[in-house]
Amino acid sequence: MADSDELFSGLYQAVLSGDEDGAARLATRALDSGHSALETIERALIPGIREAGDLWEEGEYFLPELVTAAQAMKAAMAVLQPVLGAEAKSLSLGRVVIATVEGDIHDIGKSLVATMLSANGFEVIDEGAGVPVSRLIERAREVDADLVCASALLTTTMPRQRELVNAVRSAGLRAKVMVGGAPVTRGWAEQIGADGHADNALSAVNVARTLVGHRAAG
Amino acid sequence: MEGLRPKLEMFTGEEADRVIDHALGVLSKVGFLVENGDAKALLREAGIEEKGARFHPPEAAVRQALGTVPARVCLFDRDGALAADLGGDRVHFDPGSAAIHILDPGTKRRRPPVTRDLCHLAWVTQACKNIAAQSTALVPSDVPESFGDRFRLHVALLNSKKPIVTGTFGTDAFDVMKRMLVAVRGSEKALTERPLAVFDCCPTAPLTWSELTCQALVDCARSAIPAELVSMPMGGATAPVTLREMVVQHCAESLSGVLIHQLACPGAPLIWGGSPAAFDMRHGTTPMGAIETMMVDLGNAQVGKRLGLPTHAYMGMSDAKVLDWQNGMESGIGAILAALSGINMISGPGMLDFETTQSLEKLVLDDQVCGMALRLSRGISLDSAGEAVELIRELTVLGNFLGHRHTRASFRREQFLPSRLVDRATHDDWEASGGADARDRAEGEVRGILARGNPAPPADDLGRDLDELIRAEARRLGIEALPEV
Ligand code: B12
Repeated sequence: MADSDELFSGLYQAVLSGDEDGAARLATRALDSGHSALETIERALIPGIREAGDLWEEGEYFLPELVTAAQAMKAAMAVLQPVLGAEAKSLSLGRVVIATVEGDIHDIGKSLVATMLSANGFEVIDEGAGVPVSRLIERAREVDADLVCASALLTTTMPRQRELVNAVRSAGLRAKVMVGGAPVTRGWAEQIGADGHADNALSAVNVARTLVGHRAAG
Repeated sequence: MEGLRPKLEMFTGEEADRVIDHALGVLSKVGFLVENGDAKALLREAGIEEKGARFHPPEAAVRQALGTVPARVCLFDRDGALAADLGGDRVHFDPGSAAIHILDPGTKRRRPPVTRDLCHLAWVTQACKNIAAQSTALVPSDVPESFGDRFRLHVALLNSKKPIVTGTFGTDAFDVMKRMLVAVRGSEKALTERPLAVFDCCPTAPLTWSELTCQALVDCARSAIPAELVSMPMGGATAPVTLREMVVQHCAESLSGVLIHQLACPGAPLIWGGSPAAFDMRHGTTPMGAIETMMVDLGNAQVGKRLGLPTHAYMGMSDAKVLDWQNGMESGIGAILAALSGINMISGPGMLDFETTQSLEKLVLDDQVCGMALRLSRGISLDSAGEAVELIRELTVLGNFLGHRHTRASFRREQFLPSRLVDRATHDDWEASGGADARDRAEGEVRGILARGNPAPPADDLGRDLDELIRAEARRLGIEALPEV
């Protein structure tokens, strides 16, 4: 038992310190010592990434620390994913299709949101920047998305978010729509009938959790 | 006689050359991406090596392009008078551009700008004595979004005489925007001789030219309309976090722009500009008021000067949300540092909140900052040097110099005489005049300017021509009604 405690706390630390190699190595060791992927995720990875988020909110951590923690989490997940099998479904908080809208090449904010969603248990399909509404709809249908996210940084491209909301509705998709980007305000999100809006990557995670019906678990 | 021009530099000359060498190395070894067809064709025609999707220009090609860029770009106002002479260490200011919001003086909160605000912005800019050019600094929310870029230029041309710093939001905007400028000058040739507007063209960090911004670059070159390269590396996000390497990347991106631009038309006017940002590691924002942002701006401008080009930077603005201490502090520091570096066009006045919010009240206050910065950049004059001993001897006789011809003849040139916005009253006078703070005074100043109406209405026929152009463009885009300008 003491051994496994040590192993998991090492993995937790690896995530927290953004050590990708260490995280992958310890995830492999966890499987080798007979722990299930699910147990490893629940005992080390999720607490690790959650602590990183908390530290960020407390002002202790800065973005490079948060993002490298997310990458370490991802590296460990890459080891665990193949053996997750049936458990995977129950683990994923939901499937998210995300992109910057057509006519807009600003992708840094969008990528940050995608990274944080993925580190926090969402399955993220990042379609990149300059993506037409029609392609987002296609992808959302294809993967049966829970959430479609659109970023827009230009006043000229914000209307694509409205088109997306309308298209999701008229295609009869069950996906919720979340929007963001520097010019996007709560008022705009309400006006176009989006289901959610956030103005930074961590609150995007919280809003996404609420939207797909999962509360931040324990 | 000119004295020493106070000058601030971030690198020794040798180090600046090394930055340029490294940037050339980045271009030849790492290469840059181009999404635009016209630019790709130009680069291929010039035999620039293509590896995968990237172009890898050799040093010689870039040096050759640099060799054909004019060292000086002059801008002329709507009437054809010289308004800005970019080159050397000559300093000019224009309002920070393309805000999404306007700070409402009533609520002290931002709100979406409308066409009327755009008119007011032009009026206030016209009134600002220390601001040489206007810019299409607000995006109006009461016209369809796809129409906003060209409509901003239309409004600017009708409401102020000053030359304009602008840009396109879509590839189809350039043509009609150019026709507006030609309408003012009367012919393409006249527009080439007396440029009226500058277009911002932004590479995407790292080392990419997107379809839209690259098209603008090529279009500008082919029309001999000055283009302003605005690379925006973000330290720690889309560029290395170390300031020197940010300058290297900035330089490499701008050099790739110089190459494309000069291939499109050798000798076309170009400005070496930029809007880098030290990425904020807490909020993920792009602080323009961060001292590291400014240091990279200065380093980049020094490199531009070393290459012999006119320079530009986004400085003299703030990330504050309201007109508070942070606003004054960041704007003042930025304007002064930029002036000390001899940056030719400094875009910033009026701008708040990471380049997203314009404020007319801030604009008039910043005009005073610009006045002081311009004064500083002239340095200490040596004009009276020959009379020094004699003057001071006379002074000991007279007791004071308020009535002396020397004072009378020199004080207006020696001192920057601030407007009433800068408080230099005695305490009693200040109290007697209502005890207002700077923001109150600025509100009063703006109210006064707006009450006087359009300070620069165009001649009837020009107004008609511009009106016809914008209406035809609106019809083309299926837009029926336009707000009154
Ligand atoms: C960097 C930058 C660029 C870079 C982009 C590089 C890249 N790979 O993304 C380059 C140089 C390419 C660029 C180009 C242009 N830009 Co630009 N750019 C910026 C700048 C300075 C910072 C944007 C940024 O990356 N911020 C950092 C990230 C982390 O923040 P963020 O994107 O806001 O994202 C956060 C939140 O908004 C939120 N979020 C974002 N997306 C989403 C999505 C969802 C679903 C959710 C929930 C949340 C969310 O979470 C993120 C993380 O915290 C802004 C100024 C600003 N204040 O935004 C101007 C700005 C957006 N650009 C502007 C302009 C005008 C342009 C150009 C048109 C300029 C030109 N004439 O060529 C072109 C546009 C080309 C095009 N068609 O897209 C204007 C827009 C004005 C307007 N009225 O629309 C701005 C406001 C600057 C200005 N005042 O002029 N730009």
